[in-house]
Amino acid sequence: MTLDFFIQNFINAMQWGSFLALIAVGYTLVYGVLLLINFAHGDIFMVGAYTGYFIGTFLTNNFEIKLPFDLPSWVVIPLTIVATMFITALVGVAIERIAYRPLRNRGAHRLYLVITALMFGLLLEYGNLALLGASDRQFPNLFDKIIYSIGGITVTNIKIYVILLSFLIMGILWWIVQKTRWGMAMRAISYDRLAVPLMGISVDQIILFTFVLGSSMAALAGIMYGTAFPILRFNMGMLVGWQAFIAAVVGGIGSIRGAMVGGYILGFTQIFVAAFLPSTYRDLIAFVVLLLILAIKPTGLFGVPRRTKV
Amino acid sequence: MLLSIKDLVVSYGAIEALHGISFDVEEGEIATLIGANGAGKSTTLWSIVRQITEMGGRVVSGSIEFKGEDLLKYPPHDIVNQLGITLVPEGRRVFGNLSVLENLKIAAYGRKDNKGIEEDFKRVFKIFPRLEERKSQLADLLSGGEQQMLAVGRSMMNRGKLMLLDEPSMGLAPILVKELFENLAKINQEGTTILLVEQNAHLALRYATKAYVIETGTITLSGTSEEVEKNPEVKKAYLGT
Repeated sequence: MTLDFFIQNFINAMQWGSFLALIAVGYTLVYGVLLLINFAHGDIFMVGAYTGYFIGTFLTNNFEIKLPFDLPSWVVIPLTIVATMFITALVGVAIERIAYRPLRNRGAHRLYLVITALMFGLLLEYGNLALLGASDRQFPNLFDKIIYSIGGITVTNIKIYVILLSFLIMGILWWIVQKTRWGMAMRAISYDRLAVPLMGISVDQIILFTFVLGSSMAALAGIMYGTAFPILRFNMGMLVGWQAFIAAVVGGIGSIRGAMVGGYILGFTQIFVAAFLPSTYRDLIAFVVLLLILAIKPTGLFGVPRRTKV
Repeated sequence: MLLSIKDLVVSYGAIEALHGISFDVEEGEIATLIGANGAGKSTTLWSIVRQITEMGGRVVSGSIEFKGEDLLKYPPHDIVNQLGITLVPEGRRVFGNLSVLENLKIAAYGRKDNKGIEEDFKRVFKIFPRLEERKSQLADLLSGGEQQMLAVGRSMMNRGKLMLLDEPSMGLAPILVKELFENLAKINQEGTTILLVEQNAHLALRYATKAYVIETGTITLSGTSEEVEKNPEVKKAYLGT
């Protein structure tokens, strides 16, 4: 293996791992506060990508309804990102309010919540198919693509943006969870949910905040995914979401660090397997590796066995 | 009357745990609710803080009034923030994954007055100096006695009017119990009314001014601590003399 070949794949793996990590974090955040596997989260990512597609297409004046003027890209990019994160967060919060909270308040068994989540995911997916049709969508070009070639390595500016932005966002998330009072409340809920209202904290409010965080990160991942791989399909959420979910479990569900590491481990395994073997082997081998990790450490890499509180 | 409970009936599913209990707590006093395991003491406290549904129970009938206001109207977090009622739960329930200082900070979640919060840290640390020594440690690493101090310290962070304590002596060495109760008396003198639930009747009666005896969901006896202590039934059943 030449060094160039390694670096090239390393960069590709960093990009792919960043998508998985950003989505995996959303699964783990919700699990941390609700002990719920939010199976709709992959489709929240899809909603993010499609919302970004519509807003981006509109702002770059490629939509049916036209703006009377052209916007410069330094306006289009941040506006697309912020608006997409906002709208996707609303969708995430709406699902919590419409579907999960009423069930929770009536003391439904957790299994029913999980199934509801799964069904809401399917609803988003097939709602998309019914409303927008089966044809793929072309994500708008928000960035002018620049290709750098250094030796045998080619890197696009988009790859660099994806990797750097992911790191930045995960850093901000870490700061929110570790240093702010909302984050402190999230950590407290994950330890002992019943004791949290005794501190004068509304658990529902913290749960809502968690959905906002997770969904807006999935939205960002959706925009970046659309920018890097511009073909959008109605079932993209399921395809990518399952992988991110598995990454979160391998990292130790409930652990934010675990979700990030799990995302990159899966990303690296997939890219490097595909680099050496036919790409049809990619997922088979990647998931065997993850199964082995779980066999050795069943709580996931950074997970701790949940203590049962008396 | 600070707290007034009337004919409170609470049940878990088909099983009735409280069969219409009534009792009062007056401002400034230390009142105690003594009784055996399973008599309904914790159920009473969790009903007051409006968390009984989370425990699988339900207030069937009766009323809980705080300063004459219907407490059942308030959501759980407002019981703490607006009414100033705090519960030190059985088994301490400190957040083990948070530091000692974070445990105190989170207890002041509803407050915005940073200066006042700082003052209350000092107040807690003055009463429990050991917490200050360990303030950056994870609460999981504290001893049982220190965790109990932290649990009490947490409920001091809201400058509560009424502090409910559920079996604070449980699992603590006698010397720590004495220290803890001396401190509770101090907190009471600073203006916090206390409702103490204890299996250790000796201890509770020594510090309380008023006592209620609860047996399988019914209040069977009430009076000043002296009166209750002298009652032959209580002597036989709870004081072992």
